[in-house]
Amino acid sequence: MTEPIFDVQELGYQSGGQQILQDITLQIERGANLTIAGPSGSGKSTFLRILATLLTPTAGTVKFAGKKQSAYPKPVYRQQVSYCFQQPTLFGETVRDNLAFPFEIREKTFDEQKALAALDSVELTAKMLDQPIIELSGGEKQRVALVRNLLFKPQVLLLDEISAGLDVDTKGVVHRLIQAYRESGVTVLSVTHDETEIAAADDLLRIRDGKIEVPAHE
Amino acid sequence: MNNLIVSPTALAFAVVLVVIALAINLKEKIGLERDMIVGVIRAVIQLTVVGYVLTYVIRIDRIWLTGLMVAIIIFNAAINANKRAEGIPHAFWISLLAIATATLLTIALLVLARAVRFTPSQIVPISGMIASNAMVAIGLAYRSMNTSFHDQRQGVLERLALGANLKQASKHIVQMAIRTGMAPTIDSAKTVGIVSLPGMMSGLIFAGVDPTKAIMYQIMVTFMILAATSIGSVIACYLAYSQYYNSDMQLR
Ligand SMILES: Nc1ncnc2c1ncn2[C@@H]1O[C@H](COP(=O)(O)OP(=O)(O)OP(=O)(O)O)[C@@H](O)[C@H]1O
Ligand SMILES: [Mg+2]
Repeated sequence: MTEPIFDVQELGYQSGGQQILQDITLQIERGANLTIAGPSGSGKSTFLRILATLLTPTAGTVKFAGKKQSAYPKPVYRQQVSYCFQQPTLFGETVRDNLAFPFEIREKTFDEQKALAALDSVELTAKMLDQPIIELSGGEKQRVALVRNLLFKPQVLLLDEISAGLDVDTKGVVHRLIQAYRESGVTVLSVTHDETEIAAADDLLRIRDGKIEVPAHE
Repeated sequence: MNNLIVSPTALAFAVVLVVIALAINLKEKIGLERDMIVGVIRAVIQLTVVGYVLTYVIRIDRIWLTGLMVAIIIFNAAINANKRAEGIPHAFWISLLAIATATLLTIALLVLARAVRFTPSQIVPISGMIASNAMVAIGLAYRSMNTSFHDQRQGVLERLALGANLKQASKHIVQMAIRTGMAPTIDSAKTVGIVSLPGMMSGLIFAGVDPTKAIMYQIMVTFMILAATSIGSVIACYLAYSQYYNSDMQLR
């Protein structure tokens, strides 16, 4: 038996007197490709944010690679468990500022070749690098944000509806990129409302009203 | 040097100026008349009291008394800077530390350089100038930080999610806050003598001191305020930014 990458025990999350997540218990294997679905407001984003330590659970525990989340220094953990926001925001002035940031926090010098290759992997051109962020389209922003998370390969990718605003072709580009990361061993958890993505899921987790929905047995 | 005479009658006539300000205020319905009256009354009372206290402190000339005056000035400046912090936790203590360091360090340098002597007639007014400038700078820096952490919340969250530590996630906000805090000092350093003739220099010339001496004095004051506002806002900002996060490195 290999150790699960996430061991979630009786997880609960409460905010402002509202029970947002409740009694979530599950293990996620290393290298898994888990699709998470559920109605709007059911707690999917909250669940991913807890896994990313951006929220702290009010009940239960989450273990990552055998150790409690709190055992890791937060920056180290978050670099390994990389969360992509549902509505990402770019910061600074240009795309370069965004792609330089992952280097900056690792105290590395900016590797322009690497950044350009990463942009290319989501079909963005080299001239995008010095483009002011206010000039980018929604889909371009979304892809730059994704690249930001992928410049340094994490162990886990938490994708919060990252292809929601993209056209079919661009969705394909993003899917193939994520697929490549999966094949190199990255564990991927992706939230989606997209019926085709749900139908194609390797593993599907449905959340409803903050609880895991037990599938009706066939 | 005694050509500076403001008689009580002259002062009473100056009240007319306040009445003009009040009249404009009332006519234009600006709604500041209450604040203005409170301000005028406070200025008169505070300055009268401080006038007598200063006379006493200067005559007695004791180190502990001078130190006490400086401490009171720093304390009051911290209380005022704290009001601008609008809920930053521990802002009073942060302000106190920042203003005290800025004031004491600058004064220590000036005394060591023999630019001023450690007598109450020099130390007390200089402390007042330094502390009040540091106070204004820190207040502006706090306000800028509050605005940035509010407006750029999502950007900070993104940085945290990418694995930034608190310093990396806040760097741009802290830089902006320090810049905002120091802007008035830098602007006035640039325009001193062209736009503004600072109160102290004007006062000295007014009181009959040789203008060259007054100007040299003002140059020193400008440098010292530059130093004090940078020290003060840097310390305050670097201590304050982490207050926006909880112990799990999440934004509050
Ligand atoms: N900071 C917060 N404080 C209080 N309630 C919150 C907070 N964040 C989210 N919620 C509530 O928690 C519930 C779950 O939100 P969450 O964002 O996890 O839903 P979701 O499943 O991701 O929905 P969607 O599919 O629309 O993105 C919602 O009812 C939301 O209003
Ligand atoms: Mg969501």
